[in-house]
Amino acid sequence: MVALTINGRPHNVDAPDDTPLLWVIREQLKMTGTKFGCGVAQCGACTVHLDGEAVRSCQITLKSAAGRKITTIEGLNGQHPLQKAWIAEQVPQCGYCQSGQIMQAAALLASNPDPTPEQVVDAMDGNLCRCMSYVRIQRAVLRAAADMRSAKAGRPT
Amino acid sequence: MNAIRRNTASADPSRRSFLVGSAATGLVMGFADPLNVLGAGEALAAGRLAPTVWFDMGADGVCTVHVAKAEMGQHVGTALAQLVAEELEIAWRDMRIDYPDAHPKYNDLVLAALITGGSWSVNFNYDAMSRAGAAGRITLVEAAAKIMAVPANECTAKNSRVAHAKSKKSMTYGEIVAKGKVDRTWTADELKGIKLKSHAAHTLVGQPVPALDVPSKSDGTAKFGIDTFVPGMLYGKLKLPPVRYGAKVKSVDDSAAKKVKGFVKAVPIEDPTGTTSGWVVAIANTWPAAKQAAEALKVEWELGPHTRVSSDSLIAEAKRLQADGSKALLWVKEGDSGGALGSAKNTVEAEYITHLAIHAPIEPQNAVVEPRGDTWHVYCGNQFATRSGAIAAAILGVKPDKVVMHQFVLGGGFGRRLDCDNIIAAAAAAKAVNKPVKLIYSREDDMAVDFTRPLTYQKVRGALDDAGKLVAMEHDVVSSWPTARWQIPEFLTDSVDKKGKLDSFTVNGSDHWYSVPNHTVRTTLNELAQAATPSGQLRSVAPAWTFWAVESFIDEAAAKAGVDPVEFRLRMLDGAARNAKGAARLANAIRVAAGRAGWGAMDLPKGSAMGIAAVSSQERATATWTACVAQVRVDPNSGDVKVDKLTLAMDVGTAVNPDGVRAQIEGSALWGLSLALKEKATLKDGRIEQTNFDSYTPVRMSDVPKLDISIISNGEPARGCGEPAVTVVGPAIANAIFRAVGARVRTLPITAEAVKAAMKT
Repeated sequence: MVALTINGRPHNVDAPDDTPLLWVIREQLKMTGTKFGCGVAQCGACTVHLDGEAVRSCQITLKSAAGRKITTIEGLNGQHPLQKAWIAEQVPQCGYCQSGQIMQAAALLASNPDPTPEQVVDAMDGNLCRCMSYVRIQRAVLRAAADMRSAKAGRPT
Repeated sequence: MNAIRRNTASADPSRRSFLVGSAATGLVMGFADPLNVLGAGEALAAGRLAPTVWFDMGADGVCTVHVAKAEMGQHVGTALAQLVAEELEIAWRDMRIDYPDAHPKYNDLVLAALITGGSWSVNFNYDAMSRAGAAGRITLVEAAAKIMAVPANECTAKNSRVAHAKSKKSMTYGEIVAKGKVDRTWTADELKGIKLKSHAAHTLVGQPVPALDVPSKSDGTAKFGIDTFVPGMLYGKLKLPPVRYGAKVKSVDDSAAKKVKGFVKAVPIEDPTGTTSGWVVAIANTWPAAKQAAEALKVEWELGPHTRVSSDSLIAEAKRLQADGSKALLWVKEGDSGGALGSAKNTVEAEYITHLAIHAPIEPQNAVVEPRGDTWHVYCGNQFATRSGAIAAAILGVKPDKVVMHQFVLGGGFGRRLDCDNIIAAAAAAKAVNKPVKLIYSREDDMAVDFTRPLTYQKVRGALDDAGKLVAMEHDVVSSWPTARWQIPEFLTDSVDKKGKLDSFTVNGSDHWYSVPNHTVRTTLNELAQAATPSGQLRSVAPAWTFWAVESFIDEAAAKAGVDPVEFRLRMLDGAARNAKGAARLANAIRVAAGRAGWGAMDLPKGSAMGIAAVSSQERATATWTACVAQVRVDPNSGDVKVDKLTLAMDVGTAVNPDGVRAQIEGSALWGLSLALKEKATLKDGRIEQTNFDSYTPVRMSDVPKLDISIISNGEPARGCGEPAVTVVGPAIANAIFRAVGARVRTLPITAEAVKAAMKT
């Protein structure tokens, strides 16, 4: 049994130590917002936060995730400014990659509250969107960043 | 397509009556069986309304449209709901959509099947959905008038409410439904007689309402096929032969796999449909265990006849077939192109190639198949449930009515999920263990057995007269025939001279709207390609290659004639004879795109230039008029191409949801860019060489150019918007490269090496 903390809640998982965290989250714990896309860290659909850092959960073993703080898309509760910006900008098409996109962007905004468009591209370039909703992803990240700065400054958004 | 329409006369909506009636659950509205002679209430009581139920309304006034189309990012449900709501006069906040399990009662009224593709959904269902909404509104008005004891013709419906101004009485739709006394049957003639709103009177159609599926796709709660769980489920992972097609399993040694904890069984797939060949499924209690077991399996194959086939050999075979010509079938025959070419002084000739391309939706192919009593349940996102369900039944050895197809939103479709190899493999596995099996392809599996876009070879010859006018065009298309592979006769079309059946989905687009008095198009099946690399429908299908050839060739002809390529195109779009009206719409799209891009009016740095292309994708009968100006920068040393800007104009007739249309154009334009510069699959030794997103490399955010998109919504019937931009961007880029550095590239995708080589010649 391996003890995991996901979205603030403890889970005990019975699986081999080398099982990719992705498969534990999705298929064992049935938190299906995190997606399987490529298995080799090329698409970003499985992006989650490990101690606040965006990682590809297909590359993280169960054992190495033990005792660390894991956050998935479900942990944002639909309340993250990025998720509101995603709706405002009507970003998703098929939607499959968007959990990974949002988790990647959330890590960016946590470390850089005022990214330039170029910095957004740099941070998001590892996340494939096959519907190619890139124009809107970029716009939504910048919108969310502005909203978060406004909220912090106490201005109405 | 015409063939399909002809063969589905019984599905003609004009022959159907429409029922609106109160049921236990609320108000039910739907098209009835033409033979239905009962009233709506009786029909409901007798359970006769079931055949085609499109939407219903509850006592809370909430209307749910049952979307029998695959939702794969095009927000089709939202557009269909807008059509219903416009005529129903219901407040948008009262509209919902759901995705019913597959059943013939939900069949597309024109196509008589559950199929999503061809940019057909809104195009073909616009009229029926509008009339359904209108009939619902009129019925509600009549019912309310009766309850309020006022004349129906003095009542108005608006915003989910029927009001009678004189008496100041009114009722909400919810209240009318709650009274439960609605019973109205509309005859086919009555339906046809309803006067629909004019384009100018629309209040919801044409509005960018937020898509109903977006919130659940922003918080991780949207359910895709891969998110399915059923009790007692095992997992399956493919073990594939080292050739794309033609292998047979000789033996399976699972001794090493048995050492994997959780391994259950290895199942070689017997597939009478021939969709798969030589596949084995490793079954285990988790997917990682199934993957490990698949790796440990020792399978011996008879590899079959295609172990030496490569992209190069497919091209060589295509050239041989074109030169031979004996198997070519006629698609277009106008005038006498042979005679005109023979006597011409000024001719242009070119060969165009498009390489294999992989769908690669980010949700890999997957399916859950579950036995339950005497019925089998199939869970996955699919674009062609009618065919897929029938094939699943064949694999499972049961009648089609013993298979229940459960639909989900699709993690990308792009034509990949018209096929059902995933269901075949999952069904064979589930049958072998008589337990539910969730089969998930690895990305490597998904790429190895993709039904790719075919490799195509095209040869075009043309003649210019003394005035520089293109007076003849001969166009040969040689490829595998993706639609023929399905073996559905209705999908094939008679050749012009009735000498054979051809796959029109290999030549659509070549029957362009330019007036060329002598015009011949022939298509030839490349049987080697058909056998060695089974192909499929990839977003935009034939127009992605036919317009690559046509729009490159028109540019070459313009250069030869010494005429500006925009001017050259406009002159040829004269609307003569069968090109009436359509040619004018395409010309308008060209004018908008060229004008917005600043065609001929900008000072661009050396090595930069604009190129134009214009298309009538998808089919002549369903054309959407699209033009693109690409502005590119070419590195003279490396041949490297950078696209700075794409300016697109698209005449969609009626943009039901302009923001949804814009999203489709953004995504499909980038698909065009991706297929033009980034995506290349190759066959070598009978197998696809690319295995994952490190070797098959679609556009990423850093590749995205500036996009300028104009949507022309002029009130003509709504046309598809998700595919045309895929087809127009490639030739626009190639034509821009030519104007930038004089290099004519004729192979897709365009590589820096090819540009550099062409610069030297």
